[in-house]
Amino acid sequence: MKNQVITANALIEGDVVYLAPSGQWVRHLSDAQVFTDDAEADAALHVAAARSNEAVGAYLITVTLQDGIPGPTHFREAFRLRGPSNRFHGKQAEHVDLNDV
Amino acid sequence: MYDYNAFDRAFLKERNSQFRAQVARRISGELTEDEFKPLRLMNGVYLQLHAYMLRVAIPYGTLNSAQMRKLAELATRWDKGYGHFTTRQNIQYNWPKLSDIPDMLDSLGEVGLHAIQTSGNTIRNVTADHFAGAAADELADPRPVAELIRQWSTDHPEFQFMPRKFKIAITGSPNDRAVTRAHDIGLRMVERDGETGFEVLVGGGLGRTPMIGKVIEEFLPRADLLPYLEAIVSVWNQIGRRDNKYKARIKITVHEHGIDEIRRLVRARFAALRGEFSGIDQQLLAEIEAQFAPPAFRQAGTDGYEAARKADPLFRSWSDTNLTPHRAEGYAIVSVSLKKHGATPGDASAAQMRVLADLAERYGHDELRISHEQNVILPHVHKSDLPALFAALREADLATANIGLASDIIACPGMDYCALATARSIPIAQQIAQRVDALKIEHDLGALKIKISGCINACGHHHVGHIGILGLDRAGVENYQITLGGDHTETAALGTRTGPGFSYDEIVPAIERLMLAYLGLRLTDDEPFAETYRRVGLGPFKAALYEEAQAYAAE
Repeated sequence: MKNQVITANALIEGDVVYLAPSGQWVRHLSDAQVFTDDAEADAALHVAAARSNEAVGAYLITVTLQDGIPGPTHFREAFRLRGPSNRFHGKQAEHVDLNDV
Repeated sequence: MYDYNAFDRAFLKERNSQFRAQVARRISGELTEDEFKPLRLMNGVYLQLHAYMLRVAIPYGTLNSAQMRKLAELATRWDKGYGHFTTRQNIQYNWPKLSDIPDMLDSLGEVGLHAIQTSGNTIRNVTADHFAGAAADELADPRPVAELIRQWSTDHPEFQFMPRKFKIAITGSPNDRAVTRAHDIGLRMVERDGETGFEVLVGGGLGRTPMIGKVIEEFLPRADLLPYLEAIVSVWNQIGRRDNKYKARIKITVHEHGIDEIRRLVRARFAALRGEFSGIDQQLLAEIEAQFAPPAFRQAGTDGYEAARKADPLFRSWSDTNLTPHRAEGYAIVSVSLKKHGATPGDASAAQMRVLADLAERYGHDELRISHEQNVILPHVHKSDLPALFAALREADLATANIGLASDIIACPGMDYCALATARSIPIAQQIAQRVDALKIEHDLGALKIKISGCINACGHHHVGHIGILGLDRAGVENYQITLGGDHTETAALGTRTGPGFSYDEIVPAIERLMLAYLGLRLTDDEPFAETYRRVGLGPFKAALYEEAQAYAAE
């Protein structure tokens, strides 16, 4: 069993989004729904991938859980979560409370 | 330079309006992503790690000041105030919104620029020697032919859905600055019995399976060029593999069928095609050539330049590294470094682009070039203007004196932006540049090409770097492999892997050990890195890389 989250890129802005328990796409990994059951995660991905008019290229990532808050396990996902390392742009530069997609 | 005629303008307008409608249909949900993706790729739009990316073609690397100002305007209006110049002489914007891209393309169209075929399985932007039309060592300016190829390949109905992408590079100089041997087709102007023609290379490429291009024709008459190119692409389009994208490029086709069989097929196809090109291409070429007439070079003294060199050591250092001989007396080719130590290779702010446009207009006959080495060139500057130009560049933070040196590093965007990357490239380049600057060894090291790719696709040309660095994902951590002895010139060669890779924290010290080893190994102070490597081979460098590392670890 692993902890998984569904991620994609928003259709218009192209930025990183995650699927929340509400079924909405949100911009913070900490707000994402964590799937603990592989079959359930796969089924949810199937549904999420069909919503490509909101977010593009949905896929599952494995996450760590600290106090119930998901965090990235792979460096690629850590970069997607933060933004580029050469410029203070992307998520690291954006203040919280971006609207959900 | 080539100016768009009424046909070009109408074509671009129509094409942009088609893409605008496609974007609208995507946003409204009428088009799925699967349907839209090939359409956006045809128009240079990628979806990267953090945002969309728009790749704008800079045809054969040539721009005028109005076009450069337009690039700055796009950066300011629709992006984050900068652009990234690439190893394919393009510019990339890293942060556009999908809904803004049609406006960006219309805006580019106002100055005759576009993003058509900067992606997708098409013939891509034709690249050329960045000193074309200016270099002292050139037979002829290759850009009229490059423009002819651009017109022929753009929206060519037969070549819109090929097995894979296709890249053509051209040089008019025997000193190859366009890496022609690492392209699907490389064209080198050559002279035979007083006639100018082309040596045609085919099947070169870097990436997963790097290959040096092979000679398919030693001498192709100029008038045969377009039908011959069409024959090559047409043969490959039919027999190139579509079952496996990693085996689809023409280098694999040439490798599997052999150059002799490919030559036979191409010549047969050429014989069938030749008649269809009733000479209209040569008529077109003549019209294009007239637009590439050299500027009216002025006659003037260069005393001021010599005096400034004597008086100002900073100017002298810059003019030692950043100037190249020009074919016109009293002129120089100026390379403006986009590699300030610690900066992102190839990035220019909108303000810097505007300064460069102003300087080109004022001192450079209104011409700029983008090099595959990710720098900006002012190809025609009279030496008497160089002191003033240098002062203006300094004010814009563009006067770094490091062209061709260790900090003049090619680096792809890597995992800071690119969805395909397996590791970061940019911070490695930044740290190496800062390190050589801190050690003050850059000028002592002399000519040294370091090239970094953040994945196996090799956009950073690592295979042909004197020192090549390839970033990989090894079991979930960034790992960097080193190759040595690559050569990007007319004597092109692929580098040899040194051995196991290094972690993100280890790679910069490893490169430092290589550089220090070279300083100890060279016979004389003017034996360049590449020659020392050829003389002593991999062994001593390998020892410096691995034995010392082990010694440190044992301490």
